[in-house]
Order: sequence, then C-alpha cells, then structure tokens
Amino acid sequence: MASFWRNTRFWRFAGQAISVVLIVAALGFLGNNLFGNLRQLGIQFGFNFLKSQAGFTIGDIPFAYKPSDSYNLALLVGLLNSLRVISVGIILATAIGVTAGIARLSDNWLLRKLAIVYVEGLRNAPLLLQLFFWYFAVFLGLPSPENAVSFGFISFSNRGIGLLGLQLSPEFSALLAGLTIYTGTFIAEIVRGGIQSVPRGQWEAARSLGLKPGLLMRLVIFPQALRAILPPLSNQYLNLAKNSSLAIAVGYPDLYAIASTTFNQTGRAVEVMILICATYLTICLVISLLMNVYNRSVQLVER
Amino acid sequence: MLIAENVHKWYGKFQVLRGVSLTVSPGEVVVIMGPSGSGKSTFIRTFNALEDYQQGRIIIDGTELSADLRNIDTIRQEVGMVFQQFNLFPHLTVLQNVTLAPTYVRKWSKAKAEEVALQLLERVGILEQAQKFPGQLSGGQQQRVAIARALAMQPKIMLFDEPTSALDPEMVREVLDVMRSLAESGMTMIVVTHEVGFAREVADRIILMDEGLLVESASPIEFFQHPKEERTRKFLSQIL
Ligand SMILES: Nc1ncnc2c1ncn2[C@@H]1O[C@H](COP(=O)(O)OP(=O)(O)OP(=O)(O)O)[C@@H](O)[C@H]1O
Ligand SMILES: [Mg+2]
Repeated sequence: MASFWRNTRFWRFAGQAISVVLIVAALGFLGNNLFGNLRQLGIQFGFNFLKSQAGFTIGDIPFAYKPSDSYNLALLVGLLNSLRVISVGIILATAIGVTAGIARLSDNWLLRKLAIVYVEGLRNAPLLLQLFFWYFAVFLGLPSPENAVSFGFISFSNRGIGLLGLQLSPEFSALLAGLTIYTGTFIAEIVRGGIQSVPRGQWEAARSLGLKPGLLMRLVIFPQALRAILPPLSNQYLNLAKNSSLAIAVGYPDLYAIASTTFNQTGRAVEVMILICATYLTICLVISLLMNVYNRSVQLVER
Repeated sequence: MLIAENVHKWYGKFQVLRGVSLTVSPGEVVVIMGPSGSGKSTFIRTFNALEDYQQGRIIIDGTELSADLRNIDTIRQEVGMVFQQFNLFPHLTVLQNVTLAPTYVRKWSKAKAEEVALQLLERVGILEQAQKFPGQLSGGQQQRVAIARALAMQPKIMLFDEPTSALDPEMVREVLDVMRSLAESGMTMIVVTHEVGFAREVADRIILMDEGLLVESASPIEFFQHPKEERTRKFLSQIL
C-alpha cells in the first residue's frame, strides 16, 4: 500500500476537511463579533418576539389570518405569497419565453418581428418601472368588475384577474405580469440560443424522415436544445425568485414586504435580516437543486 | 421512378445547378461523381426538398415536387436519405432513432415499428446495439444505423451523400457491404461517392457532374474505360 500522503483520495478528503474547518472558523469569528457588538450596544438577540401579536392587516391572504395573530403567522402569509408568485411566475415565464424564443426563429415574418420587438423592447426597461406600469397604468386603469374585460374563462378588471371563479388581486396580477413578461424576454433569448446550438444536420435528418415542423421541434430539436438551455434557465428562475421581492413596490404582501413591516414595528433588524436571507437562500437552493437534477437527466450518453 | 428535368438553382448570383436532367428507373443504382463544389450534394438534396430550385421539374414516383407542402410531405416519405455526418439523433437510443419516424409520421403502433426496426438492425448487423446511444457506437456502426433509420420509412428511393467520407478506412467496408446488399435487394439508389470500387461493381450507371452541369452518363465499363468526354478523362486521371 502506498503511503497515505501519496494517496489522491486522502488529499481530496483532507482538502475538503480543511475548507470546512476554515469556513466554520470564519463564521464563528463573525458571529462572535456580531453578538459582542450587539451586547455592547445593549441590543438583545433572539426570535421570541415572533410569537407576539403582529397587529397589522394583510391584503392578500392565502388562509384566514387576522391582525391579532402572531408575527410568525404574518410571515408565513408572506412566505406563501412569495412562493405563490414565484411558482406561477416560473411556469408562465417559461411558457412565454419558449413561445417567443421559437417565434424568433419562425419562418413567419410577422411572428419573428413581433418576437424581436417584445424581447428587445422589454428586457432593456427596468423591472421596477414595468411593475409600476402594470399596476398603475394597466390593472388600476381597468374598468370595475361589473364591466370587466372578459375572454371566456378569464376576465380583467381593476380588482385584478378573475380566473374560473378565482379572484387574483390587482397587486398579485401586476407583480405576476411584470415578473413573467420581463423574465420571459431573457428566457426567449436562452431558448433561441439553445435551438440554434443544435447542428443543422439534425434538422435535415428530421426533415428527410418526413417529420413536420411541430414534431421536428418537439421530438428532435428541443430535447437537444435543453442541454444548452437548462443551466442559464436556472439563473433566470433564481432571478425571478429574487426579483419577486420588488412586490413591495406595488403593495403585494410578499415575504420581504411583511418582513419589512415586522422590522419597522419591532426594530429587530438583525433577526429580520437573517430570516429574509435564510428564506430566499433556501428557495434559491431548492430551485437550483431541482434544476440540477433535471439537467443531469437530459445529458447525453457518450461512450 | 425519378425524373429531374433541366433543374436550375442559384445561391444569390452564384449558379450551382445549370440545367441538370436525370431519369432513374425502378431498381436502378446511379452513382454520381465529380469534383468538390460541382453541385452533387445540392442536386440530390433537391430530390427531398432539403434544397429548393428555381427552374425545371422534379417528379418522384408520379408526384411533382413543388411548393405544395402536401407534395413535399409525400415525397419525403418516399425518399430516404443518408448523410456524410450520419446525423443520428444523439438523445435517442439506436432503436428509438429507427422507430421515431415510422411511429410519428407513418403512425404505426409501437409494436409494429419496433418489429420492423429490429429486423432492419439485424439486416445491417447491429442488433446487439439496439439499446445503446449513438455516442457509444463507432462511425461505421452509426452510419449503418442511419441506413436502417432511413429504410424504416420503407422509402422507394434511397439517396446517399458521400456516406463513407467521414469514416476511418477500416469502417468504409462495412458500410459499403450494407449498401451493396441493399442494391442487390432491388432498391432504387442514387449515391454520391468517391469510392471507385463500389461504383464499378454496384452502379448500373455513373454520372459525372462538373460546375453545375451533367457532363457524362455511362455504364461503369464505358465510364472508366472509354469515357466520351475530355472532362471525364481529366477527372479520372485525378482520382485513379
Ligand atoms: N448555402 C449555400 N450558400 C451559398 N453557396 C453554397 C451553399 N451551399 C453550397 N454552396 C456552393 O454551391 C456549390 C456546390 O456545392 P455542393 O455542396 O453541392 O458541392 P458538392 O459537389 O457536393 O461538393 P463536395 O464534393 O465538396 O461535397 C459549391 O461551390 C458551394 O460553395
Ligand atoms: Mg457534397
């Protein structure tokens, strides 16, 4: 047996162990510093305040919440509201982005130009501005529910979107519209790039076998384009998740908005900061993880 | 089976095909030779509408190839094509590569498509590889899968565009053997190739193209031993 210091596995393990020790030491040092400073300033630290009464009303509630409930519950409302807009946003942004990305490569002149105008026009305007536009100019500018603009199962009014008996608030609708349409432009570019990365020979082979455009895209081109699409697509999902914290601009009570109110009322800056960071970090890690699993499943088998 | 009349094609101002005519009867094997850039690929790619053309007529098995999409779809089902770079679908297994078009274009049941595919894979000698992915096969094996994939649509004509040019020398043979047995089974074939041995033994007719024109059309013996055209003699002196 070779001596352990010449063993690659030993060194790989040692490298990881050393990194862990360094990180723990650094965190310990920073934490110690922080708590030392807090003590010196006479600020107490702890999460017990979350059990006290929140006292504020929330516009958009996914379950029966009342002002006499605790901060814990208020923050849970915020979290669920965030998750709601993030998950629906990711699905819609993907649908819009894939459609626009394919449209940019279409043989149809009008479709192609429309896709270019959409992508180039909207990805360069600041998201915050777009959110204001959707909220103040679009949703609040719509007629009252009695005169709602209705297309079959979906209707639009200044009370938001009505969808199959479901009423979505104008704040949620505006945030969702802004996030999906903005993120959709980036996804469209990623999808276009992914499709263009598939060699021409693949199109020709599929055509020569008689596959029509829809099947050709679905069975041959898109599955291969996914390899190039997925890694940058996860980035867009993460951006959407983080950008959802702009909810506060249109008054949608997401996690960030409710955490800010909590901070304003309790003055617990450090705890609230930690809560916000930990939550967004967890959401982003979960998205990353899911995307990595999916990404691995579409990689090609080589010899 | 195939009639091409006076086909003209331009890429912008550059004229690639300058009035090429060709008639291929059922069961005939036509080999197209000619220097690089003479328009061989462009010409055979017009037969399944991978390239369009601006003048002339192409009629395949009674259907005229025109801008009518229905005709293009019909013709693509009747014409199989094998490419220099194989162009197998890398995300699908060998078996899936072969069953894809029959299932989605011919609308066969999965069972029928697989049965036919396995027969074809056996015929081209790669039955054991059916569950592998193209990236796991050698070039020669990949090209044989590509031939099986095209045959699975039960085409009436097979087009080959330099099917052995991307292969290592030791694999050329296995692909040519498959093509030879296909020719013996009566398939109508149009083959662009530089393989003199194959042309001599398998072709019913050899065509020389140069600068977008059909220069000579003759039986293999005449083509190699008594070429009529000066241009053919010059070409032969370069490759033999
Ligand atoms: N998309 C294109 N745009 C412009 N010119 C092209 C295009 N494709 C091919 N050409 C030109 O058309 C001519 C004929 O090309 P083609 O590929 O048919 O030749 P070939 O006889 O198959 O040659 P090779 O033996 O090299 O495959 C060449 O001069 C080529 O440069
Ligand atoms: Mg060529």
